[in-house]
Amino acid sequence: MWWRVTVNGVNVEVTPLPGLGTRQDFLSRGGRRIGVITYRDGRMEMIVSKQDDTDSCVASIPLTVEESATLATLLGAPQLVTMLEEQNKDVSGITTRQLPLAPGSPYDGRTLGDTALRTRTAVSVVAVVRGGTAHPSPRPDFRLSGGDMLVTVGTADGLGKAVEVLETG
Amino acid sequence: MHDTAISLIELGAVFFGLGLLGRLAWRIGISPIPLYLLGGLAFGSGGLIPLHGIDEFASLAGEIGVILLLLLLGLEYSANELVTGMRRAWLAGLLDLVLNALPGAAVALLLGWGPVGAIAMAGVTYISSSGIIAKVLGDLGRLGNRETPVVLSILVFEDLAMAVYLPILTALLAGATLMGGLTAVGVSLIVITIVLVIALKFGRYVSMLVDSPEPEVFLLRVLGAALLVAGIASQLQVSAAVGAFLLGIAISGSTAENATKLLEPLRDLFAAMFFVVFGLNTNPTTIPPVLGWAVALAFVTTLTKVATGWFAARQQGIGRMGRARAGAALVARGEFSIVIAGLAVAAGAVEDELAALATAYVLLMAVLGPVAARVVEPVARSLQRKLQPRTA
Repeated sequence: MWWRVTVNGVNVEVTPLPGLGTRQDFLSRGGRRIGVITYRDGRMEMIVSKQDDTDSCVASIPLTVEESATLATLLGAPQLVTMLEEQNKDVSGITTRQLPLAPGSPYDGRTLGDTALRTRTAVSVVAVVRGGTAHPSPRPDFRLSGGDMLVTVGTADGLGKAVEVLETG
Repeated sequence: MHDTAISLIELGAVFFGLGLLGRLAWRIGISPIPLYLLGGLAFGSGGLIPLHGIDEFASLAGEIGVILLLLLLGLEYSANELVTGMRRAWLAGLLDLVLNALPGAAVALLLGWGPVGAIAMAGVTYISSSGIIAKVLGDLGRLGNRETPVVLSILVFEDLAMAVYLPILTALLAGATLMGGLTAVGVSLIVITIVLVIALKFGRYVSMLVDSPEPEVFLLRVLGAALLVAGIASQLQVSAAVGAFLLGIAISGSTAENATKLLEPLRDLFAAMFFVVFGLNTNPTTIPPVLGWAVALAFVTTLTKVATGWFAARQQGIGRMGRARAGAALVARGEFSIVIAGLAVAAGAVEDELAALATAYVLLMAVLGPVAARVVEPVARSLQRKLQPRTA
């Protein structure tokens, strides 16, 4: 009844829960089972198993669609950063960082062009991660929204300034 | 006019009282079913307060309650889930059937209720309460546990077993001979196969018959179809409940999910009435003589369900604690045991004591089940410490 899929080299077990939905989980290197239950009606729950008894759960946390998208963004962005860092490691002085755009930031709802980050701080936005998906090479008319994660490349100095710009305008 | 007023007051008092009982039940962490039964016992013949004027409505509401209980049982799993569930859980499912049906049948034979009574009691002790179990697993945050799919697949198997069992029971209750009984087995196996094939291949056409984007129209169509099918099935000497159950299986996909969502509150309302009516029709004074048997059955069938869950979970490579949890989760009996006893008593083919024994048994098991699921972990842990003093 269950089957396995390999995602990024991790074996994810998919188990149908008759009458309820599906459970997808994997065993972490630390020996815990981590996963998601997707109910038939679309609700989602994040599950984390106990350390000593991996059959049972220490927590199952109901998440709304928005919350799970946010969690995916938080977890997905660093992965992109690692990849970029790997590519840029030969170029000295260049750092890759993910900068959050807090809801209520002056640029929440405005375009990337409005921030004028390139001109003001010499920092490039190489991708915007939203809802677990990366939007690579966003154009100046890309509309930002609170909760976005901006994957940026620049000097340490420039990145520091970019944080300020995004927070205070 | 005056009569209507009194009926409304009585009905209102009954519903309001059941609401209070239900709230109390969930607060102390048990299912409300035993409290509804007790409520019915308190009102009915031989009880504290006799109810007049609403008995006709109450018994019809109870009938609708049974139909909705079984319609939603049929809707709960898709035909696909039923087929894969049977394929994967058949061994554990058969063990479940043998271990848990035998004690009920044995007690019925010992009490001299004959083969029909034995078959009815076998069903009462066999069938777990999927309603109580789903609620308890959700409340205890165990839906993500590895043993939970094992528990659910056993419930799926029981669901299918009911599809075969109920037509047989109704045929026997209608006074069929052994030959007639065997014919009923054959016919019910053919019917369930046809319904499953229809659900798998043409489920969307059945769903199209009842589906509608307007919730109001949808509700009326589903409810209408269920009552029609149940009524026709009843005319054909197959129980009304069986018809509703098979209709539930035939409706599939998103239609089934939407129907479940719409019908759940209705089911809870009418099912509560059903339990009250069952309690009403059971004379409380018949319970004490069979109480000893009920306690003995409760004890034995708790152990046999735990053994079933333990075996099924071990087959799936689940650890000891998980096996114990799976076993304890399955202990609860409830609505369907009462449905079976209700069918048997309504047909008049069995002794009245059967209703008393089933009532007492469900009163015990509906309380014991959720409690067992809750205490299994500490109990298992302390047992483990006692059994392995050196490692402790």
